[in-house]
Amino acid sequence: MSDVEVKKIIKEFPGVKALDEVSFDVKDGEFFVLLGPTGAGKTTTLRVIAGLTKQEQGSIFFDGEPVDDLTPADRDVAFVFQQYSLYPTMSVYDNLAFPLRSPMRKMNEAEIKEQVEQAAEVLRISQLLERKCSHLSGGEMQRVSLGRALVREPRIFLMDEPLSNLDAKLRETLRIELQHIQKTQASTTLFVTHDQIEALTMADRIAVLDHGKIIQIGTPDDIYDRPATTFVAQLVGTPRINLVKAGRENGKLYVRNSSLYISLPQGWDPPKEFLLGIRPEDIKPDNEGEFEGVLTLLEPLGVETILHLTSGDQTLLSLIPGMTGFKIGDKIKFNITQERLYCFDNHGKSLLC
Amino acid sequence: MSNFREDGPGYPVTEATRVDKVSPRSRFFKSLRAIIVVIIAVIMLIPVIVMAMTAFKPRATIVSSPPKILFKPTLEGFVFLLTDRAIIAQSRLADYKEAASQGDLNLFERIALQGGQEITGTSDYVSRLKNSLIIAGLSTIFSVVLGLFAAYAFSRYDVLGKDDLLFFILSTRMLPAVVVTIPLFLMYRQLSLNDTHVGMILLYTVFNLSLAVWLLKGFIDEIPLEYEEAALVDGYSRWQTFYKIVLPQSITGIAATTVFCLIFAWNEYAFALMLTSEKARTAPPSIATMLGSGGLEWSAIAAGSLGFLIPVVIIVFALRNYLLRGVTFGAVRK
Amino acid sequence: MAEIELKQVEKKFGDLHAVKPLDLKINDGEFIVLLGPSGCGKTTTLRMISGLETVTGGIILLDGKNITWLHPSERNIAFVFQLYALYPHLSVRQNIAFPLQAEGESRDVINQRVDEVVDLLRIRHLLNARPGKLSGGDQQRVALARALVRRPKAFLMDEPLGALDADFRESMRAEIKQLHIDQNATSIYVTHDQVEAMAMGDRIVVMSEAVIQQVGSPDEVYYKPANLFVANFIGSPGMNLVHGNYSDGELIMPGMDNRYSIPEDWQQALSEELDGSKELIIGFRPESAHLSQDGNLTGTVYAVDLHGAYTMLHINMNENDIVHIRADRMVKYALGEKVRFNLDPEMVRFFNPKTESAIRRREVVQ
Repeated sequence: MSDVEVKKIIKEFPGVKALDEVSFDVKDGEFFVLLGPTGAGKTTTLRVIAGLTKQEQGSIFFDGEPVDDLTPADRDVAFVFQQYSLYPTMSVYDNLAFPLRSPMRKMNEAEIKEQVEQAAEVLRISQLLERKCSHLSGGEMQRVSLGRALVREPRIFLMDEPLSNLDAKLRETLRIELQHIQKTQASTTLFVTHDQIEALTMADRIAVLDHGKIIQIGTPDDIYDRPATTFVAQLVGTPRINLVKAGRENGKLYVRNSSLYISLPQGWDPPKEFLLGIRPEDIKPDNEGEFEGVLTLLEPLGVETILHLTSGDQTLLSLIPGMTGFKIGDKIKFNITQERLYCFDNHGKSLLC
Repeated sequence: MSNFREDGPGYPVTEATRVDKVSPRSRFFKSLRAIIVVIIAVIMLIPVIVMAMTAFKPRATIVSSPPKILFKPTLEGFVFLLTDRAIIAQSRLADYKEAASQGDLNLFERIALQGGQEITGTSDYVSRLKNSLIIAGLSTIFSVVLGLFAAYAFSRYDVLGKDDLLFFILSTRMLPAVVVTIPLFLMYRQLSLNDTHVGMILLYTVFNLSLAVWLLKGFIDEIPLEYEEAALVDGYSRWQTFYKIVLPQSITGIAATTVFCLIFAWNEYAFALMLTSEKARTAPPSIATMLGSGGLEWSAIAAGSLGFLIPVVIIVFALRNYLLRGVTFGAVRK
Repeated sequence: MAEIELKQVEKKFGDLHAVKPLDLKINDGEFIVLLGPSGCGKTTTLRMISGLETVTGGIILLDGKNITWLHPSERNIAFVFQLYALYPHLSVRQNIAFPLQAEGESRDVINQRVDEVVDLLRIRHLLNARPGKLSGGDQQRVALARALVRRPKAFLMDEPLGALDADFRESMRAEIKQLHIDQNATSIYVTHDQVEAMAMGDRIVVMSEAVIQQVGSPDEVYYKPANLFVANFIGSPGMNLVHGNYSDGELIMPGMDNRYSIPEDWQQALSEELDGSKELIIGFRPESAHLSQDGNLTGTVYAVDLHGAYTMLHINMNENDIVHIRADRMVKYALGEKVRFNLDPEMVRFFNPKTESAIRRREVVQ
């Protein structure tokens, strides 16, 4: 397995700068996630690393060696596409064997059989080897396309939103398995997604992209607890972080358009106008609560419930474990965890208040 | 079935269709439409039917007015089509009649005798048909093969001036053949390509290339790029990806394109008339000008046209499924 | 608004039984969700209600009136498609006005209703734009506006959030639910995402393989799933289901010698239902298991998920069974580590492996 260094990649398409000096590195054996909304440039970055798209400027290094002049085949990477990754007319076995039968490899059929069966076992599709690809379920198809990457034993795995086209339940199951496989095989993996749960749960480190720029790189904890901008803060965490306009009044934090006055946390010195961030799990209903709001919407998710609490014109989301007996219209008292408030300036940058 | 009311059908509906499409009124209109379509189809086919009938009519009944629908069929037309004849001299007429009564003459000779003629050899028809087959067939193969490669290039690569080139290719079809025939005639004469198979094949290939490129590019565009990119990443060369992945997936497109190119080349008249005379003449111009002893030999023309129709009908019929079938159906989900 | 009733409605495509005869009653003003994996029959059922699909058997009633064979336009039902189906050559305003024009409403009425609806969905600033230029979320709002403007008896929505990015889906689903509450509408919503179903539904109809598995409130399907399918499908991740053998008031699970003492109030029900058979499945939700040094049950860590506010541990109890347990965010676990945990006795459920149905707890009569 290899480590990857991406240095100042610029990629332009007619009329738009898809990648603007993108730089980051991936350690050997790391599960690195590129996270961002659609159009952020994540797929383009992956394709540049694979060699499928040529960058205008910048370089890619594998284990310190530049690979910019190498064809995709020579770079020895495996690419899992979001869709259309299986050849519909071939059987599962042939699809898995296809990468190994390429002229670059010179493997005999016996060796190929061994590799294919091994990969099939890891992905639990051994029983499907003889089937035609058009007769598989969505989850099975995706396992086979992951298998095609696995058989190769490449230096790096590149995965472009491989789970996005699956049903929610299937995505969950495959996600857990993918994570387990990656950790046990210690493979260097670059994984692209717009789904922050996938990012948080699978990544060793995450790079957040927006409009072709890297906004922040860090471990899931870093990204979640110390977001560099409001964009990052809003990107991770379900439900979304509450972001409200706030100001300082009488030594307290005042949430605009509401009746919420929060005492200044220790060591805070915010400007007059700023954006206050509160994670929903830090808003806790409590009979002796300091604040009060009206419940305008209730979203029971089973393991937890989302409460929409309105104070004045402002609605805050609160996340509580389990189900509740609250009803729409109830007046609810709540507390806010002081130590976990976030402060951003009006342009969205994090302030060390 | 007591659940069904009068507004609904009287039977369980097991196909995918909207509710209003199964009401009795809707079904009545569906049948009505079908009947109208059949009537129109029959009307469209009348010229072909008349032609087929004419091929089997005796000379006299062909030109009669009003046209005769019931007649005694004869192979006269085919004889006129396939053979060269000469009028039998008075002196030998008796010998011929005697040979006929003794059963020495074959079917064709007997029919010719009825018109007072003897058979002197086979006509040009068969050789013209052969020319058509060679010229149309080869030019179709060339235009489809070249078109396939060009279409692949236009589809997958960033060719310089791609849009302009594609338009330019399309524009060649906007010219009526008649406009360019004279210049072509002069060019061909210079190059000694007049009345040669090579010259005609070249011409038809070039003309069909535009159709082939446009049709095939459309089909290739529909093949997901991911298939090839996956193969590229796995170590296959461009050529191998083309050969192992794109080609199998574009068979429907290739079949459809072949049919269209073949039909054009097969039926082409203007160029064939102007640029060929003896050696490379194809069937269309020669069929139309078959002269008999009393003017145009209608039954021979009809018979010739019938024979001319058949190869194309056979090929299109054999490939009809490819013409109707859709394109790729492989994807991870949907 | 409207009460909708389906009586023995079924749909066959040739030999394929896409929807087996089902009965369903949807109350006036209810937000009901048809939930299930791809191919379970939920979209077909929705389309039958709308008239875009014929019925092979059964009848559909709207406020007591039989609408089974009525043309879609005569049912007074609005349909919101997954891919919005907005007319690209018309402006947003024209798109929204379209249904009313089709019904022949006067210009004044049309303008008034369009005004109302664009304010409601906050898309007034988009009135003159073309749908092709709008973002996914805005397109969805226009599609909703077009449905709302008709003031139909019911709203039918076919996975309307499927095409949106994950974070958009969250805010849009709250918007849609809020809209439903404000309009006091009857809504039927199809989705494969159980999070959406739980968040939005007053009642959830869980479907699988052309059959209704359970109909109930989010509370009911979450805490009292009727069978293994519902238990697994609802919740992310689904309910933990472990196979074991029942003997002498204990459940013995294969692999690491896990024994669970079955609470008293279950024992009677179990002995009745199981009727001598030994096989039993125990079910518990991730949050009703508590990691503890002196826990009764044990397993090894298979994978660890960080979910922002908490961590999800995936534990191997034996070769085949992976169990998910919610853990505190701050504690770190290594792959392969052995952990111990307890189960909350109030929250466990039991299932009969042969019938795949849940076993109901009997009231202990003292």
